[in-house]
Amino acid sequence: MRRLILALLCCLSLAVHAAPDPALLRQLAAEESDEKIAAIQKLALSAEPEALALLQQLADGSLKDDKGEEITINNRVRRELEGALAVLKLIDPDVTVRFAAVKEIASNVDVAMAPMLARARDRETEPKIRALLVEAHALATLKDADPQLRIAAARALAGSADPNTQAQLKAQSEPANEPESEVRRAAFQSYLAVKDRLTLAETLGRIFSGLSLGSILLLAALGLAITYGVMGVINMAHGELLMIGAYATYAIQGVFRTHFPEQLDWYLLAAVPVAFFAAAAVGILLERTVIRWLYGRALETLLATWGLSLMLIQAARVIFGAQNVEVANPSWMSGGLEILPSIVLPLNRIVIVGFALFVLALVWALMNRTRLGMFVRAVTQNRAMAGCVGVPTGRIDTVAFALGAGIAGLGGVALSQIANVGPDMGQGYIVDSFMVVVLGGVGQLAGAVWAALGLGIVTKFIESWAGAVIAKIVVLVFIIMFIQKRPQGLFALKGRFVES
Amino acid sequence: MRKPFIIRFLQATSKQGWIAIAVAAVLTLVLLPALHLLLPAGHPFHVSAYVITLVGKIMCYAIVAVAMDLIWGYTGILSLGHGLFFALGGYAFGMYLMRQIGRDGSYQSDLPDFMVFLDWKALPWYWTGSDSILWVLFLVLTVPALVALVFGFFAFRSRIKGVYFSIITQAMVFAAMLFFFRNETGFGGNNGFTDFKRILGYSITAPETRVALFALTATMLLATLVLGRYLVTSKLGRVLAAIRDAESRVMFIGYNPLYYKLFIWTLSALLCGIAGALYVPQVGIINPGEMSPANSIEIAIWVAVGGRATLIGPVLGAFIVNLAKSLFTVAFPEYWLFFLGALFVGVTLWLPDGVVGLWRKLRDERRQGSAA
Repeated sequence: MRRLILALLCCLSLAVHAAPDPALLRQLAAEESDEKIAAIQKLALSAEPEALALLQQLADGSLKDDKGEEITINNRVRRELEGALAVLKLIDPDVTVRFAAVKEIASNVDVAMAPMLARARDRETEPKIRALLVEAHALATLKDADPQLRIAAARALAGSADPNTQAQLKAQSEPANEPESEVRRAAFQSYLAVKDRLTLAETLGRIFSGLSLGSILLLAALGLAITYGVMGVINMAHGELLMIGAYATYAIQGVFRTHFPEQLDWYLLAAVPVAFFAAAAVGILLERTVIRWLYGRALETLLATWGLSLMLIQAARVIFGAQNVEVANPSWMSGGLEILPSIVLPLNRIVIVGFALFVLALVWALMNRTRLGMFVRAVTQNRAMAGCVGVPTGRIDTVAFALGAGIAGLGGVALSQIANVGPDMGQGYIVDSFMVVVLGGVGQLAGAVWAALGLGIVTKFIESWAGAVIAKIVVLVFIIMFIQKRPQGLFALKGRFVES
Repeated sequence: MRKPFIIRFLQATSKQGWIAIAVAAVLTLVLLPALHLLLPAGHPFHVSAYVITLVGKIMCYAIVAVAMDLIWGYTGILSLGHGLFFALGGYAFGMYLMRQIGRDGSYQSDLPDFMVFLDWKALPWYWTGSDSILWVLFLVLTVPALVALVFGFFAFRSRIKGVYFSIITQAMVFAAMLFFFRNETGFGGNNGFTDFKRILGYSITAPETRVALFALTATMLLATLVLGRYLVTSKLGRVLAAIRDAESRVMFIGYNPLYYKLFIWTLSALLCGIAGALYVPQVGIINPGEMSPANSIEIAIWVAVGGRATLIGPVLGAFIVNLAKSLFTVAFPEYWLFFLGALFVGVTLWLPDGVVGLWRKLRDERRQGSAA
């Protein structure tokens, strides 16, 4: 109520200040609709705050002519009036309204709008909106009667990164639309510049989504690279460890919702260690009870861990229900970063790429800078010899498996932010993660990194022209063929060894 | 001098073995069909249509299990992609069944319903000849085998083995599943083929048709067992077992394992394809779900439960696991995955030789006990 009164007061004060041109006011009050429309257009193109106030009054039905009678309008005039008000939003005091208005108008400019756009441009203080207005103005002048102005406009548009501008320039460079060859040439040059910029932006965007997919694959596969590399264990339950990490995130979110609703945005930070330890604990349990009895029998391990994965899936169904659960992005992760009008990078993807790098750095440091990491590498390279010099190989197996499981849990935290969280979620990642490990070469962190990022980027590029399913098939077929050529993966361990 | 083939073939199976096969043949080809067809529905000895379909379905699985055992139990190559060959055989025969629907589909068109739905005007080229049973049977026999031959040639040539081979077969079946899920592939997408009406002009739901398919499946299963028995007792079978136990040594002696592996791999895929073709008319549906990695890996557990490197084991395993599945999914569906998972774990930990191994161990212990 108070807001309404305030708005009315604003209107009144504007009305007091407004000194409408009496001739225009008379024209607005005219009997003929055409007359009224002409006046409205004139007012709109003036881009003055007074005109906005006047038209607003007209729309409200509170505008009075010089005889003190309210001016009435019919539907046709009202339509015109709405359009004019939209244009006048360009000089609205609210930044967001202006921004939305210029975006709206940029897609549909007219040469008649040019003076108005120029006025709005000169008035504008916000650099972002100003740049958009400059572009809109240039687009409007592209249709001007003066060839010199057209050339100038075409040149000014060379710096644009908008697909719509690209289309306009292309149209302007065709003889059917443009009689002057000079203008055509200028337009064509600008068109090429915009096209190059857009292609570059598209490529960058695709590389980014490839990196994002790659970092997800990396998070999923990193743990597997450790367990497979160290113990030769084919852990088919790896996807379910991802699932445990994701459900841990869900559980922490629930705890924050009920106990610390003010800090809800930070639940994700708390979820990271919880997910790590939850998955690691399950990993230790699996290793102690089942997997340790099967070392050296890779195919049996594969079947047993598959059985474990079935049981974990069913356990998740019993505990959390068969439906997917909802895990919300914290507010600081939603939204996107607009680098160009056509490319918006979602923040949650950026965070996940950063998170993958963080986990990678952590694992790298652990493997190369700690005593435990040295032991793990020793067992990977030569188990018998490591045992001879006093490395407790059995305990290293457990710790390495727990580590791999914990990293899978971290991957689950990341997945919960971008994918559905449900009992079956792990199944979709198991084939992908194995492909990364196999492609990268067993026991090689660097291999897993290159394989994950490479697969991510290649998949996204194929996707852009063949669709998601075909891309996936092509990548799988490619990997199958690649393995034929290099059965040890991209980065094979060098050295001589006897095949068992 | 080598004995003539027919003698070797007959001698591959022991006398008791032939008797067992004869008993099984009488049971499945005469007794069960007769009990189903001749006795009225209320009779205590009447065998219901449900039982006939269930046993027929499991016998198809048993053929797959024996085929899997030839490649895994006897040659040591674990395939996680056998569901692909099974499904390919099923899809090939499904094409024929789809054409047999004729104009009785919901759209009354010459084209299968899903093509009408996609607004296709004519059959794609690979459907050519699918209305002829002979051509379709040819496809059933050749397509899975050919896919296996090509895949196996490249895989075995570069000596991919062990878990690597298992994983790329899984990737293969996964890729195939995605491919068949697409509507544009022309095999019904998500829904696959279903709503069959006729086979060779006979109603597919008639008891006589059902029994004929059942008997055919039983014959095929027994033939597979006899063939398997002959193969594993032959010289070829001994080379295969040698490859399983010490492949490097086999190469050093002078054999090229490539052709042995390729032969048994392709044969295994061929048997799976036939099983798939028998499965589809009995169950009445084929969809890309048959190619899910989970289904293929389940085949391995049938073999493991029954006992690897025995021929009767996989058959027993297929029956045990699938009867348990029918029981669980009706009585307590939420525990089925727990049971199946525990089966995977338990069998690999405590029953590496399966049910047959357990039985042999008990028998040997009893003999030793009586000897002492």
